Amino acid sequence: MATPNVLGIIYSNVYDDCLSELTSVRTMGSVPFAGRYRLIDFVLSNMVNGGIAKVGISTKANYQSLMDHIGSGKAWDLSRKRDGMTILPPFNLTGSGGVYKSRLEALSGMLHYISESGKDYVLLSDCNVVCNLDYDKIIDEHIKGGADITIAYKRGVAPKLADMMSFELDGDKITKVIVGETGDTAVNYSLNIMVLSRVLLERLIHDAMGQGDESFERDVISKNVDALNIKGYKVEGYARTIDSLQSYYDISMGLLTGEYKNLFAKDLPVYTKVRDDMPAIYGVCSKASNSLVADGCIIKGTVENSILFRGVYVAEGAVVKNSIVMQDSYISQNAKVNCAILDKQVVIKPGRELSGADSYPIYIGKNITV
Amino acid sequence: MVKKTECLAMLLAGGQGSRLGILTKNIAKPAVPYGGKYRIIDFPLSNCINSGIETVGVLTQYQPLELNDYIGNGSPWDLDRSYGGVHILSPYQQIKGTEWYKGTANAIYQNIHFIDRYNPEYVAVLSGDHIYKMDYNKMLEYHKAKDAACTIAMLEVPWEEASRFGLMFVNDDGSISEFEEKPKNPKSNKASMGVYIFTWSKLRQYLIDDENNPDSGNDFGHDVIPAMHENGERMFAYKFEGYWKDVGTIDSLWEANLDLLNPKVDLDLSDDSWKIYSRNPIAPPHFISDKAKVENSMIGEGCCIDGGVDYSILFSNVTIEEGAKVRYSIIMPGTTIKSGAIVEYAIVAENAVIEEGAHIGESPEEIDNLEAWGVTVIGEKVTIGKNAKVKAKEMIDTDVKEDK
Repeated sequence: MATPNVLGIIYSNVYDDCLSELTSVRTMGSVPFAGRYRLIDFVLSNMVNGGIAKVGISTKANYQSLMDHIGSGKAWDLSRKRDGMTILPPFNLTGSGGVYKSRLEALSGMLHYISESGKDYVLLSDCNVVCNLDYDKIIDEHIKGGADITIAYKRGVAPKLADMMSFELDGDKITKVIVGETGDTAVNYSLNIMVLSRVLLERLIHDAMGQGDESFERDVISKNVDALNIKGYKVEGYARTIDSLQSYYDISMGLLTGEYKNLFAKDLPVYTKVRDDMPAIYGVCSKASNSLVADGCIIKGTVENSILFRGVYVAEGAVVKNSIVMQDSYISQNAKVNCAILDKQVVIKPGRELSGADSYPIYIGKNITV
Repeated sequence: MVKKTECLAMLLAGGQGSRLGILTKNIAKPAVPYGGKYRIIDFPLSNCINSGIETVGVLTQYQPLELNDYIGNGSPWDLDRSYGGVHILSPYQQIKGTEWYKGTANAIYQNIHFIDRYNPEYVAVLSGDHIYKMDYNKMLEYHKAKDAACTIAMLEVPWEEASRFGLMFVNDDGSISEFEEKPKNPKSNKASMGVYIFTWSKLRQYLIDDENNPDSGNDFGHDVIPAMHENGERMFAYKFEGYWKDVGTIDSLWEANLDLLNPKVDLDLSDDSWKIYSRNPIAPPHFISDKAKVENSMIGEGCCIDGGVDYSILFSNVTIEEGAKVRYSIIMPGTTIKSGAIVEYAIVAENAVIEEGAHIGESPEEIDNLEAWGVTVIGEKVTIGKNAKVKAKEMIDTDVKEDK
């Protein structure tokens, strides 16, 4: 069977505001997650594992660390002569500085890239959904089902994001699209992974631009629910949408209660930039339990119920509990950290105590010494 | 104009490492795993790139598949270049016929054309068998300063071990006056490390002469170096200080691995100024459950630890089930140690399965005859059945049935 010809498009800057602390110096796509990854790694890996070899990454602001992380795309096998990965910085359309306000503007800036891609289908994805999905199943389903647009969705309490779409379905056909927050009831909410033909996408963007439309969700999807055959693809497995610092913390902690086996399946590896660290070393009096620990870590103290990113140092007598400690941070002797999110290269001085609560973790920014 | 290659390296990676027994049944010695994520060859390759040597020929012969796959195009060591980079050199058919590499000198002789293509002034000849960090550029500067034809890296070894090495007598100015090959009663403790730098124009001629000598064993240490010395060539010893370990035996491989957990040992792999590069496994961070007890150990990516790990090195994707205990052992990638199994004083190779209740290895304190003690080795892909016992010093390369 010939592999379907699909172009991948990733929005790296969508919903940055909801995670303002973590995205003040980086895009949503570059937010560190699960000990050694960035959120974009999951999307990129899903695409590559699903047979997509050409990927455009739309960026809006703060994308330096993203570009540094992605480089030429080699780690995801996307540094190619044929196809491969392209970073799409804002395309100056309006002459006003070129930073997009919306998904629709981003798409219109990418129109040339999309038209010239030579691909038959386009798969669009956000970065704030953590999942390990078989994208080629969604693509297959889209082609077999004869839909105009296929959107992946999950049933549950919808993420609290302003233009979140939720659906009413008849079988797998979407009959109604609700745009906006839906409180705490269980609904079919969009995972914002969609497949449609390239030609249709181009037409929809042209129409929207011509009409001066502003919202992709309202003007392109919701308005066309009757005119187009829009189908839903139900995702039963692990998929979590990050919509706030609290949900980032909860979803991360969730990995420690067995969910990490759902996220990291042996047959669907997650690729990321390599750092050539030494494997983690545990000292003589160290105590580690219920934790995810990356390479390069040196643990001489206690680590409980936590996620340690690459190169973290936990000195003798230090105690780290219920926390997320990002790359190269240093927890000095007898320091105590509880319910905290420490960004990269944070130093906690000897004897310092830092404690949040699991419903309100403390966030310490990059390079800060406490 | 493209910058001329001043010095290239030839890495001898063709050996079998027969003293590593079943561990090298299917792979060459430089491909043997080390240190929780590396392979022995990562050390000379990383030393090369860190020293600024960008052209490296890797001479393979014995079971090269795993090594060739591992090296690939050299990108993990930054050796994938348009000009230079890493090249795998195995014996090839020529007009005059095919010949395996007869000896270390013959291997380089057969690749004179490869070296001539880059026309370097100097050639470094490295063995692929040792764990050490060295700046070859510093050694090259010394070689140039002494206007040497051949510089041999030298390490002062403990006197009780000197008889295992090729030894040298060195004058105050660093020049070598005499050689002594593995003598019973050593008079020198200055050992050759198997790392050489030659002035290419000189070496080239000696290699040709050596090949044309029907009595020669075609070995660097036995034939070429003594020939150069007898001819009055300028031979110098470059003193090396630091950690250097030959991992040619089961015991030394086991010790060298556990050395990484010993704070007194001077081998720091976390040193960013001299990184040891390798092909990284694609695996998530390892997970230590609340039932696990990990002490004084090194744990690789993707491991899932529910049991006890003490003073051991675990490579990537190793599973230790609840109730299992691993101590003083090296567990290579992909292996599973099931519930209640005990692994001690052992090396377990890749993708093995140790079933529930099995007992691998023995502690030297528990054994009556200390002469009979040694590290136990379980070969790759072997399954040791439930409750089976494997004693000290045993080497198992086929499945062992369940012990009822």
